[in-house]
Amino acid sequence: MNGADTAFVMICSALVLVMTPGLAIFYGGLTHSKNVLSTMMHSFFLMGLASVIWLVYGYSLSFGPDVGGVIGNLSYFMGNGVGAAVKEGLTIPHSVFMMFQAMFVIITPALISGAFAERMKFSSFVVFMVAWITLVYAPVCHWVWGDGWLAKIGCLDFAGGLVVHLNCGVAALVSALVVGKRKGYGARAFIPHNLTLTLLGVGLLWFGWFGFNAGSRLAADGVAANAFMVTHMAAAMGALTWVFAEWILREKPTTLGLASGAVAGLGSITPASGYVGPGAALIIGGVAGVICYMAVLSKERLGYDDSLDVVGIHGVGGVWGTLATGLFASKLINDSGNDGLFYGNPSLLWTQFIGVAATIAYCLIVTLVILYIIKAVMGLRVTEEEENAGVDTSAHGEVGYNF
Amino acid sequence: MKKIEVIIKPFKLDDVKEALGSVGVQGMTVTEVKGFGRQKGHKEIYRGAEYLVDFLPKIKIEMVVRTELVDQVIEKVISAARTGSIGDGKIFVMPVETVVRIRTGERDEDAL
Repeated sequence: MNGADTAFVMICSALVLVMTPGLAIFYGGLTHSKNVLSTMMHSFFLMGLASVIWLVYGYSLSFGPDVGGVIGNLSYFMGNGVGAAVKEGLTIPHSVFMMFQAMFVIITPALISGAFAERMKFSSFVVFMVAWITLVYAPVCHWVWGDGWLAKIGCLDFAGGLVVHLNCGVAALVSALVVGKRKGYGARAFIPHNLTLTLLGVGLLWFGWFGFNAGSRLAADGVAANAFMVTHMAAAMGALTWVFAEWILREKPTTLGLASGAVAGLGSITPASGYVGPGAALIIGGVAGVICYMAVLSKERLGYDDSLDVVGIHGVGGVWGTLATGLFASKLINDSGNDGLFYGNPSLLWTQFIGVAATIAYCLIVTLVILYIIKAVMGLRVTEEEENAGVDTSAHGEVGYNF
Repeated sequence: MKKIEVIIKPFKLDDVKEALGSVGVQGMTVTEVKGFGRQKGHKEIYRGAEYLVDFLPKIKIEMVVRTELVDQVIEKVISAARTGSIGDGKIFVMPVETVVRIRTGERDEDAL
């Protein structure tokens, strides 16, 4: 056991945890004020729900002994055998690894909630989250990180381009389509009610992302240092290019654009952070800022109401970042990784593409089925009166602001 | 006695308040409101979508004054609040039936 590594990963876990309240605040500022609490409730509730699921059986399904390359078994049920002893292959206690990963299973479904904010029934949300974590997150996590089939073919995802971002992006698209648009969408502009909250949120997200990416090395070493550096650089470039793209397209440069661009950069560098260098990070983040901005603009034309732009930012960012890993990865950065196309190995790009396609296909189909079943059994949306009054009062009997 | 309602641009409040003080208006009530007139606001682009900004923030000032003061008040408000661009606001004058000062029970002109 290495004390530095153990301390480092525990602190990184706390950093990743703070990203969920950060996300809640980011999202909260973007909705109508009458829905601020219900939007935040989605993220905060998952801090409870996802954590308990993780300990009871989620960790085991994701990281338990492999069954057919598809899922883990239940030998770690209730954290059985996951204790202070070092996890095989690592230098940190098994429980520390489990807790680090727990923070990821909290934030991934929380990210999806942006797509159906302001109109989803809370009880249906809870059921959806349990089902999605169990049937989508755990398998995909297992395939990529838990010694499943994608890991075995050499697909690289350092900190969650597939498991977190593409996964939640696809689920968000499906949710937005199945739950349907907010009332009045398209007829009126939906202006964020408090962008100061959103900016505070993105600050916390950027801060926490150091834990998300650098911590994924599971050791306090040079690769973690690289991940730390490229994470920051990609965020910086993403913020800049989104703002400049906005400015050039004759809109004004906006604070929301800056926040979104930073998140786009951060999301896209996530899978690549342990494998690429800072120059690549500038390109990856910079491109993300532009293409994610374009994706958000085309939302209108494609006709779905993804309230908080999960698809455009995390979905598109996740695809780009995962494929970019296939371009820019270098064994010079991380010798337990691989070389990408630009370092003379075109096959990695193909492996990355398989990871992207498999994640999209599986997540899309299973999320669709889950939502249709919930829709048939208990409905997905609040009633029209509840939507008009605001979900805060309807679902939670609370008002966000009592000036 | 007349009630005068004035809608002005928010940044003009201090100027108008001082101008009213200078003609002897001794009290007023101020509210933050939103509104538009004939020009109906303007178009903006946000996140790729064009939309109409119709309701703009304004300040409404309400005061009740002696009838003799009305023309002076109108003149002072106009000179303090006008900028010459769209959205300067409006003044409405309406008759008042009764005024009561709650603390003392004084009525009508004694209560102004």
